[in-house]
Amino acid sequence: MDSELIVQILFAAVKTGTPLLFIALGEVICEKSGVLNLGQEGMMLMGAVVGFLAAYGTGSAGLGVLSAMLMGCVMSLIFAVLVLHLGANQVATGLALTIFGTGLSAFIGSGVVGQTIQGFQPIAIPLLSDIPFIGKILFSHDILVYASFAMTFVLMFVVNKTRIGLTLKAVGENPHAANAIGIKVLRVRYLAVMFGGMMAGISGAYMSLVYTPMWVENMTAGRGWIALALVVFASWRVGRIMLGAYLFGLASIMHLVLQGLGWSISPNLLAMLPYVATVVVMVIISADKFKEKLLAPRSLGKTFDPRQMA
Amino acid sequence: MIRIQARTEPSSIMKLVSPILAIALTLIFGCILFSAIGKSPAQALHVLLIAPLADSYNIGEMFVKMGPLLLCAVGLSLCYRANMWNIGAEGQLLAGALGGSAMALYFIDSESALALPITLLAGMVSGMLWSAIPTFLKLRFNSNLILTTIMFNYIALYLLIWAVHGPLRDPQGFGFPESAMFADSTLLPTLFESSRIHLGIVFAIISAFIAWFILSKSHLGFQIRVFGADEPAARYAGFSSKKLSWFVMLFAGALAGLAGISETTGPIGQLVPNVSPGYGYSAIIVAYLGRLHPLGAIIAAMFMAVLYMGGDLAQIEMGIPVAVVSMFQGVLLFFLLACDFFINNRLAFSNQATN
Amino acid sequence: MKKHNLVSRLELTNITKQYPGCLANDNICMTLMPGEIHALLGENGAGKSTLVKTIYGVVAPDKGDIIWDGKEVSITSPSIARDLGIGMVFQHFSLFETLTVSQNIELCLSKAQLDKIGDLAKRITHLSNEYGLNVNPTRYVHSLSIGERQRVEIMRCLVQSVKLLILDEPTSVLTPQEVAGLFGVLRTLSKEGCSILFISHKLHEVTEICHKATILRGGKVVDTCIPNSETPASIAKMMVGDLAEQDAGYIKREGSKQIFHVKNLSLPAKQPFGTTLQNINLELKAGEILGIAGVAGNGQDELMAIISGEDDRNVKKSLSLDNLDIGHLHAGERRKLGMAYVPEERLGRGAVPEMSLMENTLLTHSNGFVKNGLVEWKNIKEYTSALIAKYKVKCHGEFSEAKSLSGGNLQKFIMGREIGQNPKVLICAHPTWGVDVGAALAIHQALLALRDQGAAILLISEDIDELFLLADRMAAVCDGHLSPLVKTETTNIDQIGQWMAGTFINKLSNHPQEAKA
Repeated sequence: MDSELIVQILFAAVKTGTPLLFIALGEVICEKSGVLNLGQEGMMLMGAVVGFLAAYGTGSAGLGVLSAMLMGCVMSLIFAVLVLHLGANQVATGLALTIFGTGLSAFIGSGVVGQTIQGFQPIAIPLLSDIPFIGKILFSHDILVYASFAMTFVLMFVVNKTRIGLTLKAVGENPHAANAIGIKVLRVRYLAVMFGGMMAGISGAYMSLVYTPMWVENMTAGRGWIALALVVFASWRVGRIMLGAYLFGLASIMHLVLQGLGWSISPNLLAMLPYVATVVVMVIISADKFKEKLLAPRSLGKTFDPRQMA
Repeated sequence: MIRIQARTEPSSIMKLVSPILAIALTLIFGCILFSAIGKSPAQALHVLLIAPLADSYNIGEMFVKMGPLLLCAVGLSLCYRANMWNIGAEGQLLAGALGGSAMALYFIDSESALALPITLLAGMVSGMLWSAIPTFLKLRFNSNLILTTIMFNYIALYLLIWAVHGPLRDPQGFGFPESAMFADSTLLPTLFESSRIHLGIVFAIISAFIAWFILSKSHLGFQIRVFGADEPAARYAGFSSKKLSWFVMLFAGALAGLAGISETTGPIGQLVPNVSPGYGYSAIIVAYLGRLHPLGAIIAAMFMAVLYMGGDLAQIEMGIPVAVVSMFQGVLLFFLLACDFFINNRLAFSNQATN
Repeated sequence: MKKHNLVSRLELTNITKQYPGCLANDNICMTLMPGEIHALLGENGAGKSTLVKTIYGVVAPDKGDIIWDGKEVSITSPSIARDLGIGMVFQHFSLFETLTVSQNIELCLSKAQLDKIGDLAKRITHLSNEYGLNVNPTRYVHSLSIGERQRVEIMRCLVQSVKLLILDEPTSVLTPQEVAGLFGVLRTLSKEGCSILFISHKLHEVTEICHKATILRGGKVVDTCIPNSETPASIAKMMVGDLAEQDAGYIKREGSKQIFHVKNLSLPAKQPFGTTLQNINLELKAGEILGIAGVAGNGQDELMAIISGEDDRNVKKSLSLDNLDIGHLHAGERRKLGMAYVPEERLGRGAVPEMSLMENTLLTHSNGFVKNGLVEWKNIKEYTSALIAKYKVKCHGEFSEAKSLSGGNLQKFIMGREIGQNPKVLICAHPTWGVDVGAALAIHQALLALRDQGAAILLISEDIDELFLLADRMAAVCDGHLSPLVKTETTNIDQIGQWMAGTFINKLSNHPQEAKA
């Protein structure tokens, strides 16, 4: 393999990893507050279809992304009300959100299947993109990829260095204690869940406005679920999510790599690769039960009712 | 003013009323939605709910769809009762269809009376294998069951697609991604003339009763219930979580596998890429709607089958995208979960304002 | 006690709080002066916790006024309480184990308070020296002992210059020596004018340190007194009403043959922040009660889990019953051999909350009730109703859900269920914790009757008085080590207290043979 091909592959890995990065960043914040939202896939699909429709209707990809963010928030709000206010089971509610989002997105997008639009165009960053190797891989993308870089660093700072991050961790570890010292647990969790929805929306918009760019039913193909695995892989650490997203990106474009090497394997078998990789990674990461218990937010998935004091 | 108050004891009436209320609210939501897109709500409801039951052919089709939904939902009810979050019924169904169909193709020139039972068994074993892998990974490596079963759904789907494009493709099929039509010896007999109702629905109803018997009459079922209701108590009592996990997962896998092979040897008659319109996912809703009770699942599966039929008819007669079914399923589960809030809470009316 | 200030620090009038099915606070009135150490006394369920949570803004009262420094205030959240100068140390600490001491304290402070303090770590170190709290701001909370954690909680309050400090059963988790240290800190605070509201049910502590006491029963104030001029016995009478005192003093027994052994059991912690068991040795004789004292979190839970088999790691050679190795068997098999357990957590472990008493009988007692894998519910029903009658379990019958029973009645049920299986060995953790006096008496008698039938009982408790009352031999655990075993008559609270603090540990490692002595 020549270096030109390697650069192309790594460039594609970053591009493919970007939607995973967005959605997993959202989910990690949500999980850090102690809420497990299995509705990622549904929120992402809604983001994709609404982003596409808005961009298709207005001709502005920017408006598409904004509408997708808003849609993600609205979707996550349904989840938040059920889970946080009505004390519904997080797993069941998340599944309902995914099933609902899958259906609704197909329903409202049925008119624009196969249409194409002008998505975001790549912008090579002056100077940085001239760096050999790295420049082509990292700094010759579209604006959303740069936004995902910025978002990662902002979140690393917020989570690790600020009081907001401290509050988030406190709520996720022990909501009863947090409530007792006067932190508004439900408010923190609402915000975290809605942030997760917003990021899922952007992630979906990235799929329909940049990656393909078009709308097809179920186009996210399980990325919402892979993002959930990614959070486990990253041990709930923001920085590692970026690494994990690009690794998964690489796994999903393995067929390019293998074609480059001149192998011929059925594309249907290669299509399994990201899912098989997800399973393998989860087995490796979770095998150390002790470590996972230490790193996972302690109250993850458990209902908190402020009326009941522990 | 109205306040929300915690009940001292959960309401057993509300447990039964809640699914009915959720269905009613979903229908109201449907009416509003159809008005919003300019269709007549009355007509839409007629197509969705009444038309599927209007003639004997449609009723037959309803039972055809109910079979796989119920088989999957019964297994899932048991899993969820034991707190095993198996989301993999779809993959287990596809695996059953794939493995069983491979066996059916092996018997393509056979007239043996054993061909059908062996084919069905192959489907069940394939489904069990597909649920066994995530179970093993969970018990041995502590991996998250929700995520692994989901991943195995995708893997099963691509494996099936690969098989119909490759090894199992009909050599005389002009290159279509389909297997050859199965021999009569491996086709499920239909129950009535002029209808496609086949043995699958009988399997489903029997399985529901078996699961109900296990849950309420056997010590094993008791252990499953304790395990789901209160895991520390189950461990304190010395129940083996491994044994119970294996049991519910293999049971669910076998039933989902049976659902898959009953589809290909029943109404379809060959292996095709789209064996299931998401029955395995819908079964999650069915299980919840049936209150995770195997007999409740029978009624819930019937309702879900009507909804599927309604979706098909709505597309044919009114041009409404068939995706509306999955959207309604999501809404239904939302409403169900919301109504369940009132099992443990109630509205308190008082005319005295609090300070 | 300061006297120059005649304005009360805190005055409560007619505080009322109704929970579903329970009137937790019924028109409570009380007054606290600056610098006063005030005891709030009462049995479990008397309404003490609800009252202090009301003062701290965690619980909203249905009725009643709070007057703070002469002005009526409305305390709707803990942050308002803290701004007024109210600090609270919870019974179950509200600390975050994955954060550092300094981060834990920071979370309780508002932005303005933080700005005023400036360098938080420096301030913590300063206060730590001033009050002798010995709190290091950079350590992670999960690495701290229970006593240290409590001092972090107190530090949380001190950092914001507290005027009223509320302590909810602060001494129940401390060794006697640590209690003395805590009282020193409280006296210093009191001299500086800080009022202290002290919840306890340990009466000798109250008479030792408190200036005034308010006694609650059934959500009402039933009496007030000056503890100095009362005896623990006279206060106890006010707390429980006219119930006859239980302190009969039971006969001690010597067990017969050795029936259960724990040999050289060392086991790393399974849970993060758990305790590692260090070379535990003990033998249990038929017909005796062996008591194990210790502050919570020193390895009791881990010891019980490995003995019962809930912790499924194979320790084949380390556990034996009747000279048979059982450390490799799973929990169900151990039960079949004659082991039984009464866990600390009644609801949620000892009994399934949403299941009926019948089903909860079957939970551990399946012998004779299961034929060919099928459950014989009719027989269970009869057995359960006999069990309810025998142990006078107050409930609506065998179909009652476990969670509808009071703590004491549920404990009687669980105790009866385990005893009904005629165990050779019963492991019993905190059997009377949070149970009313009458039920506690019944539970004690059931345990003694079982012992006299020849069963071996391992009694794990934090209540030293109860251990001295019931146990024939005693030991203490500290940090996963077990002290030597001694006859109860030959020891005293002082020695057990020192063992609870771990004074035996170095000696053990120097002379390992002593452990078996």
